Amino acid sequence: MEKGRTYTLKIWRQNNSSSKGAFKTYTIENISPGSSFLEMLDILNNELEAKGEDPVHFDHDCREGICGMCSLFVNGRPHGPEEEITACQLHMRSFKDGETIVIEPWRAKAFPVIKDLVVDRSAFDRIIQAGGFISVNTGPLPDANEIPIPKQNADLAMDAAACIGCGACVAACKNASAMLFVSAKVSQLALLPQGNAERKRRALAMVDQMDQEGFGACSNTGACAAECPKGIDLTNIARLNREYLTASFAGAE
Amino acid sequence: MSWVKKTLSSTIGRKLLVSLTGIFLIIFLVVHLIGNLQLFKDDGGYAFNAYAKFMTTNTLIVLASYVLYLTIIAHVVISAALTLFNRKARGGENYMVTKSSSNSPWTSRNMGVLGTIVLIFIVIHLSNFWYHMKFGETPMVKYEKTMSGDIAIAQNFAVESFSKDLLKQDMVYKDLYKMVAEAFKQEWLVILYILAMAGLAFHLAHGFQSAFQTLGINHKKYTPFIEKLGLAFSVIVPALFASMPIIFYFKG
Ligand code: HEM
Ligand code: SF4
Ligand code: FES
Repeated sequence: MEKGRTYTLKIWRQNNSSSKGAFKTYTIENISPGSSFLEMLDILNNELEAKGEDPVHFDHDCREGICGMCSLFVNGRPHGPEEEITACQLHMRSFKDGETIVIEPWRAKAFPVIKDLVVDRSAFDRIIQAGGFISVNTGPLPDANEIPIPKQNADLAMDAAACIGCGACVAACKNASAMLFVSAKVSQLALLPQGNAERKRRALAMVDQMDQEGFGACSNTGACAAECPKGIDLTNIARLNREYLTASFAGAE
Repeated sequence: MSWVKKTLSSTIGRKLLVSLTGIFLIIFLVVHLIGNLQLFKDDGGYAFNAYAKFMTTNTLIVLASYVLYLTIIAHVVISAALTLFNRKARGGENYMVTKSSSNSPWTSRNMGVLGTIVLIFIVIHLSNFWYHMKFGETPMVKYEKTMSGDIAIAQNFAVESFSKDLLKQDMVYKDLYKMVAEAFKQEWLVILYILAMAGLAFHLAHGFQSAFQTLGINHKKYTPFIEKLGLAFSVIVPALFASMPIIFYFKG
């Protein structure tokens, strides 16, 4: 077995949304390269609790890259140094023995810090509530494949639906813009016939809510797509621009 | 709120305006470049001065120039406001460490700085002050047709205060060619032009293709072409503009 590694951790500690935070430095020893990043934080927290100190709060749930809860800005990048994975899928083998690891919360006006590394992402929920839904008829179950959908559109919708709402796109963007998230949600429904009934109203309502939450505008830097753990790409943002502008200029509302 | 106001004050609507004004400015650059290339004709400045006379006296062109001024102002005001708005969206605290160079091009993150360089240049360029500071009078030129049919300078003169009535005479032009040639003898001005054109090049390296993405145009058939065209445009057009002060400087 490879011997355990030692790391210096610089972690953002903040008591609550109204208090001022600061970085605190910890040293952690005997970490297996095979342990996950969150396990490493669990070990740190066990040690802190044993010493009677306040453990580091961080968000997590599934720990397998599907829920979007984990939200750590690690060494200058959301979800850390590897491509297309979430922080919970990150392993300590990605860090050299003795390395200093800086861990920060997502930084956005629309994502206020609740405690330490935990931020309030309910802004995303309100955007979904504004228009991220479709109407379906009740009654007997329709036949599967009753509505023809071109394979290409089904694939694009599926790709967009891969978004787990983690907020890495906002964290990575210099403008803290939520355009990649909103574009994935709008695309997923706009590409399918089932999403057609609310199509125009959805684009208007979701963008309106996005603006109200205080996210920035899109400068097309591409940082979001480069950091997205699910590979959501910029064609979705172009589609959102189209959806929103046609709904505004050609729609009835 | 009316739908127009609501649309244009949304983040996407504001970017739409930046994109449309940006594309208008790109088209203007092409027209401006073609006109300025007349400077390279070896005809005592006739082609360039005739072009300048047309541009400053034709009513439609004069109207278009007002549209251009408004477009520049709109582009600057909207994009500067957006840049400040975007900065605030980060919230109070910023990251201690960011590796933005690994996820996005430098140009795309510095459009405000690059635009400001271009803006400073535009102000100096339009105020034309370097020439008047030095000379205080306006040079004029009268051309004539030679026996062989070529155009040649008949007479150079200067006036204390220029008025458009002077241009009503046949073959009489404001000698902008001479003003340009004199101006580009000044090293600092040549350097300023080169720096500004470098700024413009980087502004366009991101801006050209970005404007299409903002309009919602991202298509696997066309986007690779748009990106290549944008890159070529952002190198060639500023380079040609910059070549003018350089060539005039070394011609002396
Ligand atoms: C001939 C001059 C100029 C041309 C051709 C031009 C062109 C463009 C284009 C095509 C874009 C991309 C629009 C988009 O992303 O949708 C852009 C963006 C931008 N321009 Fe200009 N521009 C010029 C001058 C200026 C000036 C003088 C400023 C001064 C403040 C400026 C500031 C900006 C900024 C800040 C953006 C980025 C906005 C954002 O994405 O957040 N530009 N420009
Ligand atoms: S678009 Fe990508 S980065 Fe943004 S919330 Fe969805 S999964 Fe996360
Ligand atoms: S904890 Fe669920 S995606 Fe990371």
